[in-house]
Amino acid sequence: MALKDKIEEIKKDIVESHVWKAIFRHGYEDTPRNRVLMVTANVWLHLHPAKVRRHGVRMRFTWCMGGLTFLMFLMTVITGIYLMFYYRPVGEYAFADMQYLEQDMPFGMLMRNMPRWAAHAMVVFVWLHMFRVFLTGSYKPPREFNWIVGVLLLVLTLLLSFTGYLLPWDQLSIWAVPVGSNMARASPLLGHEGPFHEFVGANPIYDARAFLFGGGEIGPHTLLRFYILHCIFIPLVASLLMAVHFWRIRRDGFSGPSL
Amino acid sequence: MAEVAPATKKPAQVDDKIHTWPHLVRGEFLVTIFVLVVLTLWAMLLDAPLEEPANPTRTPNPSKAPWYFLGLQEMLVYYDPWHAGVVLPTLIIIGLMVIPFIDINPAGNGYYCFKDRKYEILTFFFGFHILWVSMIIIGTFFRGPGWNLFWPWEHWDPHKVAALTNVDLPYLVGFRNQTLSVLFGLFCVVAYFVVGMALFYYWVVRIKGKEFMERWGPVRFGITAFLIVTMLALPVKMFLRLAFNVKYIVATKYINI
Ligand code: HEM
Repeated sequence: MALKDKIEEIKKDIVESHVWKAIFRHGYEDTPRNRVLMVTANVWLHLHPAKVRRHGVRMRFTWCMGGLTFLMFLMTVITGIYLMFYYRPVGEYAFADMQYLEQDMPFGMLMRNMPRWAAHAMVVFVWLHMFRVFLTGSYKPPREFNWIVGVLLLVLTLLLSFTGYLLPWDQLSIWAVPVGSNMARASPLLGHEGPFHEFVGANPIYDARAFLFGGGEIGPHTLLRFYILHCIFIPLVASLLMAVHFWRIRRDGFSGPSL
Repeated sequence: MAEVAPATKKPAQVDDKIHTWPHLVRGEFLVTIFVLVVLTLWAMLLDAPLEEPANPTRTPNPSKAPWYFLGLQEMLVYYDPWHAGVVLPTLIIIGLMVIPFIDINPAGNGYYCFKDRKYEILTFFFGFHILWVSMIIIGTFFRGPGWNLFWPWEHWDPHKVAALTNVDLPYLVGFRNQTLSVLFGLFCVVAYFVVGMALFYYWVVRIKGKEFMERWGPVRFGITAFLIVTMLALPVKMFLRLAFNVKYIVATKYINI
């Protein structure tokens, strides 16, 4: 008895201390009002509505796939920034930096694997997410626009993975890129091997592929270009589109069977 | 799209809402932890590959794109690069984007339902699971040196001789004159699309009735029919290639189809 009182007293002392109150401001009582406030007054959680329909919370409705795609994106951002400390996007250094990271850095291999596998998982999850949105017909009015935003996100997800693939600068990565370069080279009008390129005057050092690669052939200039696309440009655009995507989910209302 | 029926229903009296905190947040939290644990374990057990340093003068055989692009690489076998690499991906992206506008079936909005949306779901299934995913599987497991077909257990013999006997369709049926060949090829392509779209028209009218076709309208019908016939052209072309060694239908200086 006495012990329990004592503990209560200590607890009270702590919870009512100046420092505690400075940090936590107030206690938490499980009231409906507080449940709403937990969401609306929190900068991260207020992405959610304060209340959701019962079916939408079930895992078998969303398969969690949209959220997990986002989680994988966050993971690649966090672990990717870590890698940026050790990696120089320069032809002479890039491969050596990868080796250094793998062989001499504590947990370097793990840190390299994380964004790698998270990126693969993101591609799979985004496909599954699209599949579930299709199966639940959630692209139907009023959510047509968010489906379009989603398709753009899908393309960006693939481009993110693709540009990242080049960065290790090994045989696997530079020889995966020619597929993209063949495409750029063959684009009608703009690629120097595409149909009708004569009319635009595209040539091997001045065409769509050169624009993408920063030169007529794949080389260190390509590495820098892909690095910037991969680490800055595409993530930026993707984040903006995700903001729109999430905002539209709130605006359009989450889909569900009509009541 | 003027005719799209507004989906706003009169809010019913029933309230099936629950608080996000704790119900949804708790679920998200647990799933996040679970997935992160799995990801970490995976990253500890399986190492990302690192091969020899990049060497632009030594082409590995085969050189494969990352797996999620193998569908594109596989299409390059059957089409010209501008077609497989630029036109078809663009059509795939646009095709996905127009789905909400060509699908005017109001049923199945917000819940799983196969019965009311048979054809939509089957089409998606065909395009995504059958074509896209199976091409990824072919590209990953069945392609070896020279981008020749190999069984997964077969030895990758870089000297495997694959007879390059592919010829263009006009040549196959006996045309030897360049102009006539092109005209014949163009005729085949146009005929394929006209017949395909016409068949699709009759099929839709038979299944859904005239009234539906009127509601659907010529623009939506046209876009849908074009996309579906284009999508079906891929297996058709694969078949022509594998069965009859047909290379292109139209072969000109500028464009091959
Ligand atoms: C980077 C990629 C993406 C992220 C991070 C993302 C994230 C999300 C999240 C978190 C949701 C909430 C519901 C759920 O988890 O299912 C959602 C819903 C939705 N997403 Fe995505 N998404 C992405 C890509 C896509 C794609 C590729 C499409 C379709 C082509 C799409 C279409 C939609 C639609 C229409 C909804 C509303 C669903 C409903 O109201 O039931 N999204 N997205």
